[in-house]
Amino acid sequence: MDALRRFMDGDIFYSFRRSPLTIVAAVVTVVCVFSAVFAGWVAPHNPFDLKTLNLLDAFTPPAWTDRGNPNFLLGTDDQGRDVLSAIMYGSRVSLMVGFFAVMLAMVVGIALGLVSGYVGGKVDAFIMRVADVQLSFPAILIALLIDGVARVALPKDSHDTLALYVLVLAIAASGWVQYARTVRGSTLVERNKEYVQAARVIGRHPVAIMFSHVLPNVLGPVLVLATLHIATAIITEATLSFLGVGVPPTQPSLGTLIRIGNDFLFSGEWWITVFPGAWLVIMVLAMNLLGDWLRDALNPKLR
Amino acid sequence: MIAFVIRRLVQGVLVMLVVGFIAFSLFNFVGDPVSLMLPPEATQADRQAMRENLGLDRPFYVQFTTFVANAVQGNFGISLRLGRPVSALLVERMPATLELAFIAASLALVVGIPLGVYTGLHRNSWLSRLFLAGSLIGVSLPTFLIGIFLILIFAVWLGVLPSFGRGDTVMVGAWSTGFLTTSGLRALILPSITLGLFQLTLIMRLVRSEMLEVLRTDYIKFARARGLTSRAVNFGHALKNTLVPVITITGLQLGSIIAFAIITETVFQWPGMGLLFIQAVQFADIPVMAAYLCLIGFIFVVINLVVDMLYYLVDPRLRIDRSAAGGH
Repeated sequence: MDALRRFMDGDIFYSFRRSPLTIVAAVVTVVCVFSAVFAGWVAPHNPFDLKTLNLLDAFTPPAWTDRGNPNFLLGTDDQGRDVLSAIMYGSRVSLMVGFFAVMLAMVVGIALGLVSGYVGGKVDAFIMRVADVQLSFPAILIALLIDGVARVALPKDSHDTLALYVLVLAIAASGWVQYARTVRGSTLVERNKEYVQAARVIGRHPVAIMFSHVLPNVLGPVLVLATLHIATAIITEATLSFLGVGVPPTQPSLGTLIRIGNDFLFSGEWWITVFPGAWLVIMVLAMNLLGDWLRDALNPKLR
Repeated sequence: MIAFVIRRLVQGVLVMLVVGFIAFSLFNFVGDPVSLMLPPEATQADRQAMRENLGLDRPFYVQFTTFVANAVQGNFGISLRLGRPVSALLVERMPATLELAFIAASLALVVGIPLGVYTGLHRNSWLSRLFLAGSLIGVSLPTFLIGIFLILIFAVWLGVLPSFGRGDTVMVGAWSTGFLTTSGLRALILPSITLGLFQLTLIMRLVRSEMLEVLRTDYIKFARARGLTSRAVNFGHALKNTLVPVITITGLQLGSIIAFAIITETVFQWPGMGLLFIQAVQFADIPVMAAYLCLIGFIFVVINLVVDMLYYLVDPRLRIDRSAAGGH
């Protein structure tokens, strides 16, 4: 309770209250995440329960149009699935992939950045050279290549079950560089400070110094980076799924839904594409705004 | 200068070797190339003959050297899906991608620089705020959604522009161009906007922040004090000095335009290299994937090399730093 009061009176919450755009972004983000996590309870229908699907409901337009059905607020797709429910279940997959990819990228990036900055020398030169080379290629291309290679390397019948893991791995592998560079930069500063020297003098193991002394002090900027990275990771996931190399159609993400709807664009069923697309844009925009605010709020220079 | 160029060249060759090695591993360790190429009823003797024919019985380093030698000559084998030489396929598709990338990059520069200058000079006008807000949305919109929304508005609802393909093309030598026919030009409009929009917002923001920085400098104040017209100050002195970073960033972005062309080409069914690559990924067509990987790697290495050398030529401070630092 006391901690909560201190937070409410603190600088960060003050700057949050002062910015209406940030409040809107936070509300939108919370709504998106909530409806995704609790899709099983919140969604009006279960789009994966084949018993409840009725092909006669297929291609129902949104509820406010002439042929609309109030049962299906945002209309239905080619198999009679409720678009709104599909979006909620789909954003669950999108958020999950984005979240785990960012976590993995963060863990790998932080570890390599710490080692690179603390050990220095040849190790540092090697890790940073790899990072430089990777940074000169766009992230989407690297994710696409890893995904493509995995598709060829893995046996065909395990594609669908492994697709989500491969996707997380591909997005994480395309994103670790930024964490490594940021952490390395701050580690170079931290490792010459007195507390690190003290820890070294009393004979602590270098690994212990890195992870229990240096790590907490370099974590701040990484967390900001991660909030902005989640939005990028979600876009990368959606793009890969749209290209047909992402999540399997049995477990559609927002990108898969847009891909499915894209086939019906010309026959006039615009809602199957437009609503998942709009949901994706609004979610990502809100997360970006929130990340931007967090960056400014935590930056002591701007206070 | 020469030492610097040689060092960068060696680094580029190393990167190309790594890329080539990945492509080579794709070929040889991922799936058995012999069973991929022979019909299922082939006998053991056929397999052995094919193995010797392809040189798969030779030691690893010999195989890799052969692969590199072939790749340098542009020989990447035969597409498993289309049954034609990969190099011929790539050469055939290249004009489509390059024309699209060229138009998209020009669009980004021609629109992005003036918008950046305007928002830099009039930083508090409502029009600048509008442009900046628009650019934030432009960053949050994934490329494929921009394409879909453009198709929906201009092709489906308004029905004024074509939504897929290149339209009619004319062969100029071995180069098929869409620049010379009306339908080819009309087909270029939506894809190039889709591809160029992200770069446009990027260039606009870059020019704006550079302008804001340059306008604060002493030599601009001095130029104003000398009584030069604001036109001469803004465009003759300020803009000229912002262009160095803009040129280098644009150069680096050229590579990512070609990479993002994969997405645009998929949305618009544009018959370029990116579409070829995506289809290769879906069908596990390894020779095409390997060749595309090498080609893109090569383009990126060349672009990075050229941009590095441009930097070196343009910015004299770099020469001193590099020689003082000794290494990197």
